[in-house]
Amino acid sequence: MANVSKFTKIVLGFGFFFLYAPMLVLIIYSFNSSERVNIWADFSFKWYVELFRDDAIMSAVWVSLKLAFFSASAAVILGTLAALVLARAGKFTGKTVFGSLVTAPLVMPEVITGLSLLLLFVAMVNSFGWPQERGFLTIWIAHVTFCMAYVTVVVSSRLAEMDRSLEEAAMDLGANKIKTFIFITLPIILPALVSGWLLAFTLSLDDLVIASFVSGPSSTTLPMIVFSSVRLGLSPKINALATIMILTVLTAAFAAYYISSREERTRRQGELINED
Amino acid sequence: MKDFQWRRFKKWWLIFPPYAWLILFFAVPFLIILKISFSEAAIAQPPYTAIFEYANEKLVINLNFGNYLWLFTDTLYLNAYLSSLKIAAISTTLCLAIGYPIAYGIARMQGSIQNLCLMLIILPSWTSFLIRIYAWMGILRNNGIINNVLISLGFVDEPIRLLNTEFAVYIGIVYTYLPFMVLPLYANLVKLDSRLLEASADLGAGPIRSFFSITLPLSRGGIIAGSMLVFIPAVGEFVIPELLGGAEILMIGKVLWGEFFGNRDWPVASAVATIMLLLLLIPIALFHRYQFRELEEKS
Amino acid sequence: MNTAENHNVGKTVSANPDQILNADEEYLTIRKVSKQFGDFTAVNSVDLTIKKGEIFALLGASGCGKSTLLRMLAGFETPTSGDIILQGERINDHEPFERPINMMFQSYALFPHMTVEQNLAFGLKQDKLDKSQIAEKVTNMLNLVQMQHLRKRRPHQLSGGQQQRVALARSLIKSPKLLLLDEPMGALDKKLRARMQLEIANIIDSLGVTCVMVTHDQEEAMTMADRIAIMDAGEICQVGTPSEIYEQPNSQFTAEFIGSVNILKGAVKDDEPSYVTITSDDCETEIYIGHGITCFVGQEVAVALRPEKISISKTKPDQQYNCISGVVKDIAYFGSHSVYHVRTPSGKTISVTEMNDIRWAGDRLTWDDPVWVYWDDNASVVLTE
Repeated sequence: MANVSKFTKIVLGFGFFFLYAPMLVLIIYSFNSSERVNIWADFSFKWYVELFRDDAIMSAVWVSLKLAFFSASAAVILGTLAALVLARAGKFTGKTVFGSLVTAPLVMPEVITGLSLLLLFVAMVNSFGWPQERGFLTIWIAHVTFCMAYVTVVVSSRLAEMDRSLEEAAMDLGANKIKTFIFITLPIILPALVSGWLLAFTLSLDDLVIASFVSGPSSTTLPMIVFSSVRLGLSPKINALATIMILTVLTAAFAAYYISSREERTRRQGELINED
Repeated sequence: MKDFQWRRFKKWWLIFPPYAWLILFFAVPFLIILKISFSEAAIAQPPYTAIFEYANEKLVINLNFGNYLWLFTDTLYLNAYLSSLKIAAISTTLCLAIGYPIAYGIARMQGSIQNLCLMLIILPSWTSFLIRIYAWMGILRNNGIINNVLISLGFVDEPIRLLNTEFAVYIGIVYTYLPFMVLPLYANLVKLDSRLLEASADLGAGPIRSFFSITLPLSRGGIIAGSMLVFIPAVGEFVIPELLGGAEILMIGKVLWGEFFGNRDWPVASAVATIMLLLLLIPIALFHRYQFRELEEKS
Repeated sequence: MNTAENHNVGKTVSANPDQILNADEEYLTIRKVSKQFGDFTAVNSVDLTIKKGEIFALLGASGCGKSTLLRMLAGFETPTSGDIILQGERINDHEPFERPINMMFQSYALFPHMTVEQNLAFGLKQDKLDKSQIAEKVTNMLNLVQMQHLRKRRPHQLSGGQQQRVALARSLIKSPKLLLLDEPMGALDKKLRARMQLEIANIIDSLGVTCVMVTHDQEEAMTMADRIAIMDAGEICQVGTPSEIYEQPNSQFTAEFIGSVNILKGAVKDDEPSYVTITSDDCETEIYIGHGITCFVGQEVAVALRPEKISISKTKPDQQYNCISGVVKDIAYFGSHSVYHVRTPSGKTISVTEMNDIRWAGDRLTWDDPVWVYWDDNASVVLTE
């Protein structure tokens, strides 16, 4: 911290306050018993009870979790393949096109992605009668498409950092390409796959705009419910839901941070014993 | 020879699934948007007319430029585009102004504190975006926290309007997109060799001079990447202007949403999307060049 | 670029066809091997034969093609043309995992997610050996490199020298027909280098493994290798034992690449069977070579003189040939020896090495002293190319 100036400390402090204060307010008000969300009455779990009694929200939570799980899993598979192609296949015709296709969904405004995919599904139904009904499957396809871009970026930067000679060494020692990938490459890029999966999971869980375009009447995701109730004004049940989501993420993140920093420390200690 | 073909096949096999997926579900849809933007709205299923008709051994192509003419004659669209570009540009500048010192500060930290600060920056974007915008609604309302505090301290007598203003939209965009600015900047600044600054100081440049002649030019790549990551999606933003901006704030994402869900005019919505995409072509190309160079440098 | 056009460029060294070669003499044969990357020729029609059991070094500056040649032996690159023959079998098209060749990588390439013993066992597992056999081999190898006590460690918990031992052990454990070392000391600091050079060479010798190594460090090549090939611009310049290369360089390039050398340009004056004399603008007296060489009178030649083979004195030596007068312009003191830079009347600078074998010698030479430098009849080498 020695070379961090007072100015940057102030900016950082302000930045963190700006980022976390709104969430803190939400959490505090979720325990407010008053119907009027801006006036503090009593501490209570009332809204949590109501939240769990709301069948519409609960079924949307279930739909969204399933969707996020399947989207993240498919996005990790396709995104890893894409990253392997970009990092390892050398030069091939259409590599630049491929690279652009992979990273474009990162920045594409959601309204465009959503509209274009919906029009595709409509065109597909008209030309060969599939997908008959828009719903879980079409949202899944849409989510895989944009989540895959994030996974590709995360995994390809890990692949680029990885020492190529590790793979060469494995082949040199008699492992064929598939075994080399399974026993050497995969374990080394595994952290990137895990964080890519988690990122894709949260992105899918969070998406409102794209899902609104491509969903059908049968499937409503959690963000769609939240959006329609928020549009009408503040709702204490949403506060409770928000608190659960924020606390889940915070706990998971700090657990991950704690585990990784503990590993780091033991590693450092290991290195210290061995100075020669 | 046989072996050679097998090798090519194996490589091709690896490329095929992601490539095919992206072409089918990302590239082709844009062509369809383009196509439908040239058709007419109709009360039908789907709600637009066909462009290609084949009857009596004649192929008739009905290209309708009406949607585009409509976009240029009704000032609503033009104003929406301009206001989107303006709001996105101002928000990007704000993000850069706040994000750069944060990224710089984190990049100069050591070890575990650095990781912790980095995580604290990223963490909010792992929680629901909708929820975070919702949190600001509660803060900025007429009877929200800010107004309550201001009134109880006696600064104002009646609540000032914060929600449903352009100001609220800026807050929302900066709040949501700040991590996307900080991360590429951090990734760039952390690579900066501190010896360069020492050399610059050694040669007689003060800290401000060193910053403008060494740090800033070397972090150009990070500035471009971060700015594009904020600017491009901000132009098409829907949720933030809808929830924080109210009815008066015009942004093109809202207009597109309205044309599609409100008016059910798919051809006009497609034309709106096509023009938006054309406007964003240069920023997207800039972003790609940076992204690609990053990958090439690493490998 | 077409390789066929360049096949006779340079001084390729090929096996003498008259010589009767047994299988051990031609253990590994590299025949007219070239490698092109686009328009760039990395390796140009290289011929080499490597004997069974020897340590052979490819020595050259970075970018000379030595690493590409090594990677072709390992199978990571395929030659554009030519043959690589190991024990009579052409292995050009074999995949790296099909070759009985193992490599120690410059970065060591130890698998970070495996312990020392897992790293060693990896190659054996690919051969589907049973567990007891693997355990036995791993233990033997760990004993050989004295790493038994650290067998449960991960690579990042080891020091540089320890990592190198593990890497060596891993490349030896499959008893390869050929061991490849890529810049083996590249990642070590100078002190550790000297120790590990001898240690590794001893381990390799004790196992009798045939080894090809690549290095840019001449000291490393000379310490470890039985024979050295000097490479430049994708071609082999000279092959020989370390002393052959040092004492009998065949070109100005080799002479200057290995150690330091003074080059005097001149023309042949007398060409007799038992001696040759050369006149040079750089040398006041004639240069006398005490043995015959293949040349003709009037031929332009270069005379190479190693600094340690030249003597220096304040008084004029009692010899008619091989001496030049000059002034001491610079002295580099190295402790055990000093290097004097002497400026000659023709404007050339001659380097001379003198052992500092007397402590506090009173009459030591100093700056601007007028001196004579001189050498024996057999001290110099004539380079006709």
